[in-house]
Amino acid sequence: MTPVRVSIVGVIASILLILVVLELIRGRRLKERYALLWLATGLVLLVLSAWRDGLNTIAGWLGVTSYPPAVLFAVATLFILLVLLHYSTVISKLTDENVELAQRLALLEERVGRLGASEPPAPVD
Amino acid sequence: MLGRMVAIVPAYNESGAIGRVVDEIRDFDPALDVVVVDDASADETAEIAAAHGATVLRLPFNVGIGGAVQTGFRYALEHEYETAVRLDGDGQHDPRELPKLLAPLERGDANLVIGSRFVDPGGSYRPPFARRVGIRVFARLVSVLGGQRVTDTTSGFMALDGVGIALFAEEFPHDYPEVEATLVALRSGLRLAQVQVEMRERETGSSSITFVRSVYYLVKVTLALLVASLRRYRRLEGARR
Repeated sequence: MTPVRVSIVGVIASILLILVVLELIRGRRLKERYALLWLATGLVLLVLSAWRDGLNTIAGWLGVTSYPPAVLFAVATLFILLVLLHYSTVISKLTDENVELAQRLALLEERVGRLGASEPPAPVD
Repeated sequence: MLGRMVAIVPAYNESGAIGRVVDEIRDFDPALDVVVVDDASADETAEIAAAHGATVLRLPFNVGIGGAVQTGFRYALEHEYETAVRLDGDGQHDPRELPKLLAPLERGDANLVIGSRFVDPGGSYRPPFARRVGIRVFARLVSVLGGQRVTDTTSGFMALDGVGIALFAEEFPHDYPEVEATLVALRSGLRLAQVQVEMRERETGSSSITFVRSVYYLVKVTLALLVASLRRYRRLEGARR
């Protein structure tokens, strides 16, 4: 069986996570798009911590007989991996976009330089 | 038909060599427009290239050789050049070898011509053992995955027609690009030709390959090749069917 204290700590920690994420969204420091996975993490952990029979049953399915809270760790780890993987895809996309911006800037600068050189000098009063 | 031609020269901290490289290309053919892509050099590469009469594209930060070369292809596409050649900024590629690269394009036999150091087994280039093995493994891998025998995928010395320019302007790997670009070209249906060229030893600067980097290079390029062979590429108009 899951010790009661573990469940209490789990519930508090999950609620804290959810509150922090919501506050970051509210303060516009986190985009909803990137917050969804974190919120899902918090909710799943909250449900598994509060629903003690559920955690024991799932642990039974997975063959974790001696210490059901280990399932909490496993689920948390899985979600962290998901979030990190998601970030890797985001970084890859940003990298590509960044290079393309640099390339366009180089092309435009060359063009502006050429146009500026061919323009008649501005009249001087 | 070669039409208007541009020479694309990527350069990173090549102030010692770039002036001569530009001069030699212009000596080879004064009608050839020389575009130096300065990959955010810390030295005077851009100023020297401009002083020697090249058009200079200055990247605001270092994007790596592939991203730099691609900038040149984008320039060529935007300015509707019909032929592009690509030479390194360190002087390894001798412009006097260009007629060999351009001949298959002129005959309409190819969309992309690669200057290879190994077409002719009697060629003079003898790299150190490890590098020779690496070059051959990649050549073999690209040949198998691309369905055409390729002898040198790392030379970087090449000439392209408009079809090739359009492909590489859109699709060019950003770091360690040459090997993967060859496979992308084959899988997009470009007609590829290879000609034997001689390359010179670099005159200034040093090769960017160190041991840790070569391991990263090996792994990265192998992964990229496998992924590229799983991807679908659009068959290009004007290429073979």
